[in-house]
This record gives sequence, C-alpha cells and structure tokens, in this order.
Amino acid sequence: MQSADVGDPSKANKAVKKSVKKERRKEKISNKGDSSKSQQQQSVQQFDGAVAPKSKAELRAERRAKQEAERAAKTLKKEEQAKSNKAKGPQVSANLQVDDPKVQKKAAKKLEKQQVPQRTEGHKKVTLFSHLHQYERSVSITKDIGFGSTGIHPAIIKLGLQYAEGIITGSNARCAALMNAVCHLIADYETPPQKELARHLESKLKPAISFLNQCRPLSVSMGSAIKYMKIKITKIPSDMSDDKAKQELISDLQAFVHVNITLAKQAISNSACSKISDGDVVMIYGSSSLIIHVLNAAFKTGRNFRVVVVDGRPKLSGIRALRHLCRAGIKCSYVLISAVSYIMPEVTKVFLGAHGLLSNGYVMGSVGTSLVSMAAKARGVPVIVCCEAYKFCERVQTDSFVNNEIGDPRDLLATDGSSSGPLIKEDAYKNLDSLKVLYLTYDVTPPQYMAMVVTELGMLPCTSVPVVLRVRSFDT
Amino acid sequence: MDQFILDLKQEKFNGSYDLAYKVINHLRKLISQTRWAHAKELMGVIRKEGKQLVAAQPSEYVIGNMVRRVLKIVREEYVRLLGKSEEFANTESLHKMLTSAETEDEKYMKSLKELKTTVMEAVSEYIDEMDASIHNIAAQAIEHIHSNEVILTIGKSRTVEAFLKQAAKKRKFHVIVVEGAPLYHGHELAASLAAHNIETTIITDSAVFAMMSRVNKVIIGTHSVLANGGLKAVSGAHIVAQAAYQHAVPLIVLGAMFKLCLLHYSDIGGSEATFNRLASPHRVLDYYKAGSQDLCNVQVYCPTFDYVPPELVTLFISNIGGNAPSYMYRLLSEMYHPNDHEL
Repeated sequence: MQSADVGDPSKANKAVKKSVKKERRKEKISNKGDSSKSQQQQSVQQFDGAVAPKSKAELRAERRAKQEAERAAKTLKKEEQAKSNKAKGPQVSANLQVDDPKVQKKAAKKLEKQQVPQRTEGHKKVTLFSHLHQYERSVSITKDIGFGSTGIHPAIIKLGLQYAEGIITGSNARCAALMNAVCHLIADYETPPQKELARHLESKLKPAISFLNQCRPLSVSMGSAIKYMKIKITKIPSDMSDDKAKQELISDLQAFVHVNITLAKQAISNSACSKISDGDVVMIYGSSSLIIHVLNAAFKTGRNFRVVVVDGRPKLSGIRALRHLCRAGIKCSYVLISAVSYIMPEVTKVFLGAHGLLSNGYVMGSVGTSLVSMAAKARGVPVIVCCEAYKFCERVQTDSFVNNEIGDPRDLLATDGSSSGPLIKEDAYKNLDSLKVLYLTYDVTPPQYMAMVVTELGMLPCTSVPVVLRVRSFDT
Repeated sequence: MDQFILDLKQEKFNGSYDLAYKVINHLRKLISQTRWAHAKELMGVIRKEGKQLVAAQPSEYVIGNMVRRVLKIVREEYVRLLGKSEEFANTESLHKMLTSAETEDEKYMKSLKELKTTVMEAVSEYIDEMDASIHNIAAQAIEHIHSNEVILTIGKSRTVEAFLKQAAKKRKFHVIVVEGAPLYHGHELAASLAAHNIETTIITDSAVFAMMSRVNKVIIGTHSVLANGGLKAVSGAHIVAQAAYQHAVPLIVLGAMFKLCLLHYSDIGGSEATFNRLASPHRVLDYYKAGSQDLCNVQVYCPTFDYVPPELVTLFISNIGGNAPSYMYRLLSEMYHPNDHEL
C-alpha cells in the first residue's frame, strides 16, 4: 500500500506521509472492510495499468487524499509564515495605518469581538495626516454600550468618558487614574471555574484598554503602566489563592504609582530646585503638574524668582498653572505663545514638562514645546526638561507627523453662541470645501535645544534615554 | 486739520494702505490750500504739519514716511524746474559745495510759478503708484510659487492675499495659515482663500515648528520695513521666521515701498518705547478669568508687533521688484532726502 502511494507523482513527500497517517486513522474509526476494499481495488488498479477506468469509491478516495494533502500543505505554509512573522520584529500599530483599509478592517473586527464601540472618523480630514485617526466628537462613545453587557467594567467606562471629555488631563493624572480604575477592576474580578487567574485577567484587561484607546489614544505614561501591569500579572504563581493574588496585584499597582509618580516628583523637585536661583525669571509652557510642584518647592525654600507662563490655544492649560502658582504666592506673568519673542529678553531659564522621552533623545511634549525651546536656544536661554523615568519609551521619532494625536478641529473654531468674532464659525467651515483645520496635540523637540533632563535618577542629557531604559528593564 | 489728527490718535484707520492714503491726501490738501511763496516755505509748512501728525501716532511709521516722501517730491520738482538734473539735488559732492551759487539759506527760495502745479501732479502720480502697488506685487507671484508647494503664512495681509490669489489662477498649491492669536486674523485670511478654492489649512501658533518641516516657503506681509532690512511685523512673525531659519525654509516678505522707513530698531523701553504697541490684555486673558481672586496680580501682555532681524529674511518683494534685505538701505536714498531725516 505504501509503495503504491509513494509511486504517485502528484503528491509531495511530507503531504503524502500525512495523508497516509490520516488514512490510517480513518481506518481505525470507520469500517475496516470498506477502506481495505477500496485500497485493494486501488492496488489492483495499479497492477493492471492506468488504462482501466477507476471505480467511484476509488475516485472518492483519491479526491479525499488530494484534499488532505492540500490541507496539510496549507497548514505547513501557515506555520512557515508564522515563523517568518516572528523574525520580522516590532509590528506597526493599526493606529498609524489609518489609510490602509485592510489593516483597519482587521482592527474593527478585533474591536467588535471585544465588544468595544468604535468611533466614527471625521469627514474632513487633513491629507497630511491621513495615516492617523481624525475623529470628530459627535455622539458619546458609550451610547452603544447597553446595560448588563459584561464586556467592560463600569470604572473603566467612567475613566474613558473622563478622558474623552478632557476632565482628566496631564500624563501623571491619566496614569494614576488608570491604575486606580484597574485596581477597582481587579477587586471586583472573579476567576471563572476552570480558568487561571493570570490568563483570564489579562484577557479581561484587553477590551478595557481597547476601550480607553478609543476614548482617547493612550499616553506614553499609560503605556508604561500597562506594560508593568501585564508583567506583574504573568508573574503570579499558579498556586497562589485568588484573593491573595488580587491583593498583591492591587498593592503592586499602587506601589507603582507611589514610586514612579509621587516619590519621583519629590526627588525631581529636590534636584531641580538647585537650578533656580535668586532673581531668576523662569518661563514655563502650559501646565505640567511636575513643573508646578518644582516651582512651589523652590519658592518654599525662600528663593526669590518670578514666573512667566506661556500658553497655547485651544487648551489654554496655562491658566491652570497660573492659578496654582498664584495661590502659592509666586509673581507671575502670562502671555500667549505668539508673544514669546517679546518676553524672551527678560527670561533667564525655561522649565518644560514632557509627555514622554523617545529613545533617540527627542522630547515629546504638548504642541508648542518645540517652539519655546527653539526661541530660548536662539537667545541663549537654557532649557531644562523635567520628566519622570517611567515616561521614557523605546519609540523613535524624528518629526511630529508620523505619530501624533489629532484633536477635534471644531475646538479651534468659534464656539456656538459666541458673538461675531474673527474666528470662523462652524457652518462656514462645513461649507468651504477647501478649508481644513488642524489641531495637533503633541510635537517632538530635537535634543539640541535642550540643556538637560532632570529625572529621579539624576540630571541627564537627552541622549541618555536608551541607557535608562536598559537599566530599568534589568530592574523589573 | 484737527479732525484728522484726532482720527489718527484714535486709530480710525484699518491697515497701512488706508493710513498712507489718508496721510498723503491730507498733505495734498495742505499743499493746495495754504499760501506759500517758495519751495522752502512749502517744505516748512509740510514739516510742521508732519511733526504734529507723527506726534499724534508715533508707532505708525507710515505717517513719517509719507511726509518725507512729499518733501522729497518737492525738492525734486524744484530742481527739475530750475533746469538741472534730479541727481544734482541729491549728491553732495565737494565740488558742488565749493562752486554752488546758492548758499544753504538761499536754496529752494526761488519763487517759481509752476511749482504748485508740478508738485500737485507729482503727488497725484505717487498716489496712483501706491494704488497699483498691491497689483504690481501680485503680478510677480507666478515667478515665485511653483506647483504643489506648501506655503505658510501668518496673520492677514492684503498683499499676501492678493499675491496668493493671483498665483492660484495658474498654479495649484497648498496654504497653511497660522491663526495669529489673540487677534485671529488668520481665520479671516483662510476663509477668504478657501472661498477662492485654494487648499487651506488653519493651524494654531503652537504648531508652527511641528509643521515647518513640511513647508516649502514662508510668505508674510509686514507692517513696516526698518532701515537695516529688519521687519516690524505682526506678533508671532519672529518665531515663524526663526522656525523657518532652523528648517532652512526661505522667508519671503511682501510689502510696498512706502512701508520702508528710516528708523532702526532699538530695544528702548519705557516712555520712549514706540516700537511695540501693547493691546488690551482682555484678548489674552479675559476679565472674567483674570478678575478672580487668584489671578488679580498677574501681568498680562498682549504685544501687537514683533521685530524680525534681517538675517532671517531671504527676500523682499515690493512693487519695484525683489531685493535682498541687505540692499534695503540703498533704496532709502531714492525715497527720502538725507536732509529730511530729522523732521
């Protein structure tokens, strides 16, 4: 029997062996007599010669064998592909390939499977950023989440809405709120029977994170926190009881926030304070919780300095910084970013916060950071960036186009009901086809504009980011 | 006369063209209505009036420019009527000083009947030239903009608007308009360009550096051009110019010749500070927010102008053609007489 099959020229060797195995299995399950009859008939055929017509059963058997061979070849190919895929390296996220319809279809299917509602894209897109999502805030994203759906925990839904509405802003605040919500999720979590806590909890977290990503793209701080979460979950020993595992996880996550945000803040303040001297005029841009803390700490030590707050539309987050500083009693001035050249002759130092630090030394911050650094460097004013070490990421980027967050363009236009000002009204914007409005959220600053980065590990040059990442990956 | 000075003080004009127009018409009326015997007396009258106008609105250099231009016209016409060439009046050669028949006091004192009419004609000619300046600048647009370019501009300049619209008749390109807070003139410009089917994108001031790597040219208008080739432009123009310089993007400035003034830039502050004008801080931080207990001690600045040094400017395009900023000082001698530098 084997020799007859080997002699057939239309089948590959491996496929043949597999089909043979399958035939043998079929023999065991099905009637022994039938299969042997077909085989006997087949072998009879081979001896007689290829001229005689084959019986129906023989043809069926041949067809079955061919199908199985093809199936075997397909599984082989898939395995090879999977191997080659693993050798490819880091994959580009679907969020950066919005102009590729195939990738978007796959992503949409994944979201559907996780029961996460999907946002609608805006209809007027800036072509330069067609590779990024350009959503328009139309209806609340949670409209489609019904009661009783077991997909996403309510604490996560609340968090997502807070992100989307801009109630929680700032990378530290977003990260701390995320950890808090995940702690709620873990506390309410119950492992279903027959499943392991580590694996099932991770599958519970995935739709939660997709949902938050849909509400507002994840920040670098959140990404770092999620990575830590996943590592901790996988490290849970399988023999630990569920309650104890949950408790440990919650305390680990809270420790993460405490160490990386609260303690780091204090360490950075201590070192950055030494950089502010009496008579300084410090310029800050926008509102960074860390920078406000640094300035408050410096003021408490009795240093005499004043602050210039530079602000950018449309967020106008500088006003929040202004309130914090004025309450502490620091003398402040306030300008918009277009007046930076006017005020720069008075400034002696610039302190900037960062959203994240990239591996090639570039600093990702709120849009306008690069402009302020460039203007300061042109006048010889030192620029000091304060950033916690958990915001360092392995990404590399050289310009602000390849990866960014595009906000709702209507935030830049006239608000409804305001009196006739120079801002374009929304219906005028809709009617003019050639008019587009771009609301960038982040930009990247090259390292040559910055004097140094102050982290809790010390004062480093911008280019030391990969070193710190390496050190931290050895620690965890 | 007094009404006009009051108008100047209250800033009842919109834009440099409008102001220049009004000033030169005012001067023309002055020349035709006052009685004067000879050129020197006429120049004295103009000078006196000019001093008053400049004092009413010192931050607008166009006023002084117009006065000096009219004085130069008067000198030129006088010399031409006397039969000598125009250059004669300008050059102060040693030979001329030694052999000239008139002394300094006697110069310009010959009474000429036709002086009034010729001066009025020359001033009208100059007004026509001013009228056509936007058109002349826009006509050069097609030389400077090629297809599929990305052009960045800030604020709203009538010259830039006409320039881009003229180029859009023949070429397809993309315009990025910086909105120019807190006055948001950029929105008006963008709406006007988009209505002409020019692909326009509005960006915030903070995004200028981020977008600059994709920009091919920066084209801006200016309020005035200073004697060293620097600019007095809308607030925010300096950071745009610096960002363009960092990315090696050429900066083209459009402006008619009457915007060229004799002054240089200096950082003088205090009561002599006439370079910058601080507008009401309400636009930056409105009373509702700033009046609250927390923020009542905050100093809010809203400057209207920016100084852009000549090193950042690549090209000036005016109604007489394109020039490098290092050449601008030479054009001053064609427009104004050195004796008129001090009014």
